[in-house]
Amino acid sequence: MVTGVSRDAGARCARRLAADPSIETVIGVDVVPPRAELGRVRFVRADIRNPVIAKVIAGEDVDTVVHTGVVATPGSAGGRSSMKEINVIGTMQLLAACQKAPGLRKLVVKSSTTVYGAGPRDPAMFTEEMAPRAIHQTGLSKDAVEVEGYVRGFARRRPDVTVSTLRMANWIGPQTDSPITRYFELPVVPTVLGYDARLQFLHESDGVEAIHHATVEDLPGTFNLAGDGILVLSQAIRRLGRPVVRLPSFTASSTAAVVRRARLADFSPDQITFLTYGRVVDTTRMRTEFGFEPRYTTAEAFDDFRAALGPGAVTTASRLLTAGLGAVRG
Amino acid sequence: MADADVIPIGSGGRPGRGSARRTTPSAAARSLAGKNYQRPEPDPQSEPDDLVDGPTAEQPAVDELPDFAGFEQVVRDMFGDAGERKVAEWLAFLRRRLTGQYEVDEFGYDAELTDQVLLSGLRPLAEKWFRVEVRGIENIPDTGSALIVANHSGTMPLDGLITQLVVADHANRPLRTLAADLVFRTPFVGELARKGGATLACNDDAERLLREGNLVGVWPEGFKGLGKPFSERYKLQRFGRGGFVSAAMRTGVPIVPCSIVGAEEIYPLVGNIASLARLLGVPYIPVTPFFPLLGPLGLIPLPSKWLIEFGEPIRTDEFPEGAADDPMLVFNVTDQVRETIQQTLYALLMQRRSVFF
Repeated sequence: MVTGVSRDAGARCARRLAADPSIETVIGVDVVPPRAELGRVRFVRADIRNPVIAKVIAGEDVDTVVHTGVVATPGSAGGRSSMKEINVIGTMQLLAACQKAPGLRKLVVKSSTTVYGAGPRDPAMFTEEMAPRAIHQTGLSKDAVEVEGYVRGFARRRPDVTVSTLRMANWIGPQTDSPITRYFELPVVPTVLGYDARLQFLHESDGVEAIHHATVEDLPGTFNLAGDGILVLSQAIRRLGRPVVRLPSFTASSTAAVVRRARLADFSPDQITFLTYGRVVDTTRMRTEFGFEPRYTTAEAFDDFRAALGPGAVTTASRLLTAGLGAVRG
Repeated sequence: MADADVIPIGSGGRPGRGSARRTTPSAAARSLAGKNYQRPEPDPQSEPDDLVDGPTAEQPAVDELPDFAGFEQVVRDMFGDAGERKVAEWLAFLRRRLTGQYEVDEFGYDAELTDQVLLSGLRPLAEKWFRVEVRGIENIPDTGSALIVANHSGTMPLDGLITQLVVADHANRPLRTLAADLVFRTPFVGELARKGGATLACNDDAERLLREGNLVGVWPEGFKGLGKPFSERYKLQRFGRGGFVSAAMRTGVPIVPCSIVGAEEIYPLVGNIASLARLLGVPYIPVTPFFPLLGPLGLIPLPSKWLIEFGEPIRTDEFPEGAADDPMLVFNVTDQVRETIQQTLYALLMQRRSVFF
């Protein structure tokens, strides 16, 4: 059973699992029917915030639950309070239902590296054991921390269930629509003056493969998943060839409000701190214990995303200029 | 350079210069180029120099834009053949920077930017202004990791930057420094520090850098050493909590004590505006004889003469397993390092003829 299939990431995971012949049936669960074609996936309209979900798990004799239903964008969920409802209450209900399901063998949770927060006191790289140094009171990172807390509680109460928590870096790729891709799609990209965040990305196809890997193998534990290497924010924007406007940090929240009102992108305060300080995770355990090798590095994933985006204004201008130089040089 | 007396800038009404149809340099430009210009025939496909990495390499020719052959000429005439290569390299560097095609490691260290820009900017300060004299550079290993531990002084952490430059120039190895979280909280400073190879002074980062085989520099006195009054110059403060020793012990790397003389005198700290410092959340607001009295002029460091000596490495790989978790042993080694640096400082001060020469 896969939760959150009406959204793109969930739908792709469900399709990938359905494409694997060793998995008998794949049930997709969400409140709204998915827009994307799901193929072999059987869609069940159910709300994970409602105890009905327990009946679905029992009735369909589900042995593996893949929870991708954590929402990162308040806009798509219909506001921040509704997002929190889906993320936290939804997870609680789902886990309560799982606890009552005797046939359940495995739980895979798609979490995020936002659980580590972002701040000036962060170590260069987070390993899975490290606690966040900066505590966020808002947004996805707080939800993710709470979701992981409930997942740990569930793992304690049901030691017979294999629980894999996948802390994934920001997904990026041609099809991903997230706050971070919207941010890079802005015609002029605002950044925080005097700071340059270190970023790590996971290509969307690697993310889907990782979920599949965790579903078919028995890999209990928490794992950081990210592409190799990093990009610095200014470097990423230069690769996009988009103009940058560097704004002092105290204007960041008002800029975010303007951008939000213009319906261009949606920033929460924790995203602003992420784009200020950045965050890098250690992926040693992904290789040694999880046994997964992402096909794209951070830079390759970003370039794949860029290729789908079209050139920015600076690229166009510099192309004209270099074309001119090329012409006169013969 | 000697061959060309006239630099073609305007078209002067001749055909070719500035005409829209042309894609090759004019005959006038070619004759002016003299012996440095060795293209046998005007072939629009072949490049006259090795600017292949330059911004023009992969772009198709568009012939509606003005002629820049004159600019090429100027470059060639001014710098000669070697200069041309230099300009080409410089342009290639600029192109990589502007298109983001450069490597940054997980710590945010931008090796290219550090070597080409940050350290070159620092070099005149070290060589001409402070006239840094380096001793014992052979104590820094050529390969493998080591932890360089130094005294901290001078109100502003210039000694860290100069040590980084000295290690890069004399030992040909990048020095990765450990800095306080205040550095990363401060705009611009934090950004440059990360790009210059600094990371947060915590055991996780230190051990990670050491395990990867880096030279790591640490100033364990921190702000206590940096912001001590001028009257206490060259008196070492407490060496933190000895975290650097346990990091070295866990990774089994040698500790190289480093004594820096001269940095104490660059900004003689005579006072501290404590209330303003508290308001701004910084450890101190320095008062020196020239700052804030002379305003920005007071920010110029005094040209003291610097001596930097790297001492004999202290091995940490012979301690038994679990030594890093033995606080008494860690304190003892910390004291040993501190004492070594203090003694070397006194010896260097005896040798120094005066503060400024």
